[in-house]
Amino acid sequence: MSEHQSVWRKYIFSLDHKMIGKQYLFLGIFFLLFGGFQALLIRWQLAYPEQPVPWWLLGFLFKGSGGIIDPDMYNQLFTMHGTIMIFWAITPILIGAFGNYVIPLQIGARDMAFPTLNMLSFWTMFLASIVLLASYFLPDGTAAGGWTSYPPLSLEEGGIPGHGQTYWTLALTLAGTSTMMGAINYVITVIRMRAPGMTYFKMPLSVWGLWLTSILNAIFVPVIAAGLIMLLLDRLLGTQFFLAGRLAAGGGGDPLLYQHVFWIFGHPEVYILILPVWGIVSELLSVFSRKPAFGYKVTAICMCTIVVLSSIVWGHHMYTTGMSPLLGKSFMFLTLLISIPSSIFFFNWLLTLWKGSLHFKTPMLYTMAVIWVFAIGGLTGLYNATVTADIYLHDTMFVVGHFHYTMAASVLFGGYAAISYWYPKMFGRMMNPLMNRIHFWGTFISLNLVFFNMMVLGYAGHHRRIYNPAEYDFIKPLMGLNEFITYAAIVLGAFQFIYLFNFTWSMFKGPIAEKNPWKSNTLEWTVDYPVPHGNFAEIPQVYNGPNEYSNPKVKGQDWVPQSVQIESAG
Amino acid sequence: MNQTLAAGKSFGTATTGKLAMWLFLVMDALTFITILIGGIALRNAAPSWPQADVILNVPLTAFNTFLLICTSFTMVMALNGVQRNDQKSLVKYLGLTILGGVVFLGIQVYEYYHFIAGNESLGAALSASGFSGDKFLPSTGMYGAVFYTTTSFHGLHVLSGVIYLFVIFLQAKNGIYGSDNFDRVEIAGLFWHFVDLIWILVFTIIYLL
Repeated sequence: MSEHQSVWRKYIFSLDHKMIGKQYLFLGIFFLLFGGFQALLIRWQLAYPEQPVPWWLLGFLFKGSGGIIDPDMYNQLFTMHGTIMIFWAITPILIGAFGNYVIPLQIGARDMAFPTLNMLSFWTMFLASIVLLASYFLPDGTAAGGWTSYPPLSLEEGGIPGHGQTYWTLALTLAGTSTMMGAINYVITVIRMRAPGMTYFKMPLSVWGLWLTSILNAIFVPVIAAGLIMLLLDRLLGTQFFLAGRLAAGGGGDPLLYQHVFWIFGHPEVYILILPVWGIVSELLSVFSRKPAFGYKVTAICMCTIVVLSSIVWGHHMYTTGMSPLLGKSFMFLTLLISIPSSIFFFNWLLTLWKGSLHFKTPMLYTMAVIWVFAIGGLTGLYNATVTADIYLHDTMFVVGHFHYTMAASVLFGGYAAISYWYPKMFGRMMNPLMNRIHFWGTFISLNLVFFNMMVLGYAGHHRRIYNPAEYDFIKPLMGLNEFITYAAIVLGAFQFIYLFNFTWSMFKGPIAEKNPWKSNTLEWTVDYPVPHGNFAEIPQVYNGPNEYSNPKVKGQDWVPQSVQIESAG
Repeated sequence: MNQTLAAGKSFGTATTGKLAMWLFLVMDALTFITILIGGIALRNAAPSWPQADVILNVPLTAFNTFLLICTSFTMVMALNGVQRNDQKSLVKYLGLTILGGVVFLGIQVYEYYHFIAGNESLGAALSASGFSGDKFLPSTGMYGAVFYTTTSFHGLHVLSGVIYLFVIFLQAKNGIYGSDNFDRVEIAGLFWHFVDLIWILVFTIIYLL
């Protein structure tokens, strides 16, 4: 724990979970902007097909095609938008940054169980990012087979030409390796490094969410790793795991095998992305309602139940692959079962608010937004889970709207809530609340206009991933709505710069934060900024649950740190 | 920076490192299971599948299997040695384990070389199984794909295991392990036994069934 570390050790190859968390945060924010920019280009093409991209969307990038996004480019855009947002933006921000920053501090540990593995995990991710970005500079451009990269579209024979897909597969394998290293670290850290007295049911719900996410990562990333290895061999060594029919020279395999492997991982993946948000929301609602999280244990158990259920529902992504009706019905039943634990903790959220003393600080605003967008995302999920409805809705903009409500909107607001909430501890200063409020309202309104109207489009039959919607007679009347969504998306994008400015500006100019600005109970607020490498001068002894707000036994204040005995407080 | 905390009583007295290795083995097993089940599914869907002993040299690989099982035994002996603080026995049996792993890899490389270089008798065996050419390659039908993917992924594990054990071997030669400090030897042993166990599955599915 030497005070004189070299710059390299301190900022670059740091072993401190807090610095690694920040590294992940900056990586994630970079890719969030990059992926968001690609989304705007997709929206431009959908609203004004084959019209030159304006200068303020960096139209000069498309000089080669006269300022127009050509079909190949369009395929690359939606492929990389999905890939980057899921694996390079959400995963690093929520799991990489907050998993790293929050878990050891909240459970009262000095660091992760394996600091060197933690550092390697980040730098593997960094390497993956370089491979991914390099693919843009290939002669035929980057991958263009969709974020799912279904074969044969993602294979050499009968697929998209060029090496972009190979780079994509390699980058994803590396990112998966990084995720697996992280998962081992998080899971073991929570099992082994909890401070004395920090039993599982005294852990803050945000730790529960991050821990369960890591368990899912540990189980299912190895599965997709196998799929990616086979895909890579198909591309590089001429095996034919996923080729069939006329494309396969000698015998051939089965493209459906890839879909199964992909979704066995892919469905848990959506819970991997949302579980940290559920945890953070459950935690923050309690903090800003100044009362214990309603049904704390039930919320934790519901999240565990969903972890189990999420692993046996992947077939609902494949209703249209000609699976047996009995199998389809079984997957539908299991999928709909998930709505039970989801509803339970959703009502727990509402009941946490009920008769609470609500403080509408900015993290609370973002948290409330998650409740709204997650409700819409969750309810529209029921339509997609039902075989009869899904056969019509499959591959339409309805699906796009639905998963953006759950994965993009919920996760985005959850991320903003988390950044705003832990910012004082991470950077020692407060963010500007006015800028945050402006950003919140602008984002909340425009985001709903974008994603809700996507579902309207999809319900009317607008397919996803089509290059030029105006070519279809039945979509022509919807082009006005497409233009409207694009404008809303541009507004949404513009408002993010307010947050980015606030994030950067507050780091240097924001008012110095006090030790515990939100009057929270959890352990990270018992240490002063800057938190030293090693976190705690002395490992705290934990006495209370994380949500003892407004406990009548505590006199004079409505909070009590987890490490202070209630009888002796106040 | 190390801390020993009282709360983490879960999973008995296993050290944190050992727990992490177990978790890693579960994860690694899932990757293997996906590859193996994928191979079985593709095999079941294939119109025909060659008899194992037509193309593959089963007796040679059976010897390799025997060899790998022996290294599991020597690994146990190495751990037994360090637990008794018998440095000589530790170094000797670790060395034997590494040697066994290297020979296993050598035989696998020989097998691959034989297939990839190709010859007339291999060509005859291939045509008897419905394949053209006299080389057995990853692109030789689904059979080649499944064979090479499964065995090479396992081979990479043996290679990592050999490197891993070699590091432990060097440390053991410097005498850093003893009856009060053998956790890392045990953890490396877990990985090695896992690689052996997986090979028994691979051998059964690829070479016997």
